[in-house]
Amino acid sequence: MARIALEHVDKIYPNGYVAARDLSLEASDGELLVLVGPSGSGKSTVLRLMAGLERVSDGVIRIGERDVTDLPPQQRDIAMVFQNYALYPHMTVRDNLGFGLSIRKQAPAVIAERVNAIAASLGLEALLDRKPAQLSGGQRQRVALGRAIVREPLAFLFDEPLSNLDAQLRVETRVELARLHRKLGATMVYVTHDQSEALTLGDRIAVLKEGILQQIATPMELYNHPANKFVAGFIGSPAMNFIEGVIQRTEGAAGRMGMCTFKGIDLTLDVPCDGESHGRVFLGVRPQHIEVSGDGENRPKGEVGVVEPMGNEQIVYVTLSGGDRLVAVAPPQEMIRPGDIVSIRVRPEGVHIFDGETGSRIEPSPYAIER
Amino acid sequence: MRSASRPGVQWGNWAFGAALVLLMVFTLFPFYWAFVASLTSDAALFRDPSLWPQHLIFDHYRALFTERDFITPIRNSLIVAGTTTIFCLIVGTLAAYALARIEFRGKAAIMGFILAVTMFPQISIVSPLYLLLRSLHLIDTYPGLIMPYMTFAMPLTVWVLTGSIRQIPKDLEEAAHVDGATRIQSFTRILLPLAVPSLATTGILTFIYCWNEFLFALSFTLGPERQTVPVAIALFRGQYQVPWGEILAAAVVATAPVAAMVLVFQRRIVQGLTAGAVKG
Repeated sequence: MARIALEHVDKIYPNGYVAARDLSLEASDGELLVLVGPSGSGKSTVLRLMAGLERVSDGVIRIGERDVTDLPPQQRDIAMVFQNYALYPHMTVRDNLGFGLSIRKQAPAVIAERVNAIAASLGLEALLDRKPAQLSGGQRQRVALGRAIVREPLAFLFDEPLSNLDAQLRVETRVELARLHRKLGATMVYVTHDQSEALTLGDRIAVLKEGILQQIATPMELYNHPANKFVAGFIGSPAMNFIEGVIQRTEGAAGRMGMCTFKGIDLTLDVPCDGESHGRVFLGVRPQHIEVSGDGENRPKGEVGVVEPMGNEQIVYVTLSGGDRLVAVAPPQEMIRPGDIVSIRVRPEGVHIFDGETGSRIEPSPYAIER
Repeated sequence: MRSASRPGVQWGNWAFGAALVLLMVFTLFPFYWAFVASLTSDAALFRDPSLWPQHLIFDHYRALFTERDFITPIRNSLIVAGTTTIFCLIVGTLAAYALARIEFRGKAAIMGFILAVTMFPQISIVSPLYLLLRSLHLIDTYPGLIMPYMTFAMPLTVWVLTGSIRQIPKDLEEAAHVDGATRIQSFTRILLPLAVPSLATTGILTFIYCWNEFLFALSFTLGPERQTVPVAIALFRGQYQVPWGEILAAAVVATAPVAAMVLVFQRRIVQGLTAGAVKG
């Protein structure tokens, strides 16, 4: 097992499309690093760069301590699970599993032994003589996984391996992958566009946008301290609310050192800030930190548009009187119907402030005081 | 509604079936007639030919291999068509791989040039080709036929194979690379097996083209030693008579290997080998 590191990697395609710009990130030995981002964020390209299927325009890629920047895929000793599995259709499951070993000129007895062991651990024994066309989606997925494991490579790369499975199988396989990672203690890099997959699987998560690394952190860090508006909006479900407004130092507020006032159309909040903070900002609040209730005299009011019952909670879409739209999560027993006029309370501990121009997070971590 | 549409569907099926039968009769009758005629004596053939074979005789077939040396043209044709097909497939596959998989300048132009070769009418290049082959001392030799055939058969091979290689998901080769395969290994162990159906198709078409080709074969051979089947059959006719029985017997014999080959490879052609390669 070995770490995988990208050092100042650029990837610019001949047509000028930038898939990665000055990208530095590392999956340390034994870590499961998730690359997440919307489509076009360059996350799959980064994986292909690691695999050697694409060449970097600039920068260095290391696997272990070895510089593999100019090595072709076959000399990097890594395994990759493709989105569509890429099983060899003319070979049986047995031959698919053993292909990498037979290419490496292993003795047939060794290959047979390893293939059988892997097949047993993945529950594929009964399928060994079938061709990929005769397998279900989940079975193909396991064969693809087995083909990666059987070679005992330095590291594993996964390119959205669950996206072709149905919802239930996806959750099952996710758990299986997490277990596998723990069992093998292997370095894994996992690409997905699904933030819930990222949060549940990743030791750390790297968020990419347009080829630029936005933040790399643990799931909790990412959720609680998003580095910018993009990360804040991408991680978490339902997505974070953003309210545009201005921020200014609170004048003469006795005993409130370093406090500012956030003024939106509907909301006014006191937030902590440093002396530099002023001007246009975005206030970010997760739906879980917005309370919706029928009473509440002095609070901002809004009209309920849609209510989505989720069983354990309900998601409420509210349009405030000033036109701001908010999404809130309410407990299931709350009686809220479309058309209701409700009052809104923003829980102060859940407030994030992002710069209006750059979108980057404004520290110190704001702590809103209700007015 | 339902009962009303039923007769319509049935009537449609009937019409479809009838059209199919008509087409079959239209295309197969000449073969049938050739076969029947080849088994009828010349005398009967010229007196009152019958659609149904009466008094089957094998004289024409016997004559082919005793009075005439029909073995030599068959051997010549097999050698020329077989060699051309094999060379075409080897060169064509490599060219198609490059055209389908490797990015380089002028790809479209190359595809265009390859296709342009087929646009020359054969008759217009017979004389220059003859002079060329003569100066290379290749008149009346196997290479003298194989090389022109290759140039004419290659466009089909390259175009069909390029198309079919493009159909094969690139992921499969990439997976092979990551698994440790070199470019050559991924070509021979992944791509080639998957291209077998289209290789078989183009192989058969190339073989048939070479087997039936007449103009070059007539122009670039001098005597029976190197003549191919179509030329040999054409030269059956003497000054005073046309031995129809023997000509038709020869035609039947010449059709046999091609028909056999198609039957052998048919399963391969039909097989959807790439089914289930990627998400299905």
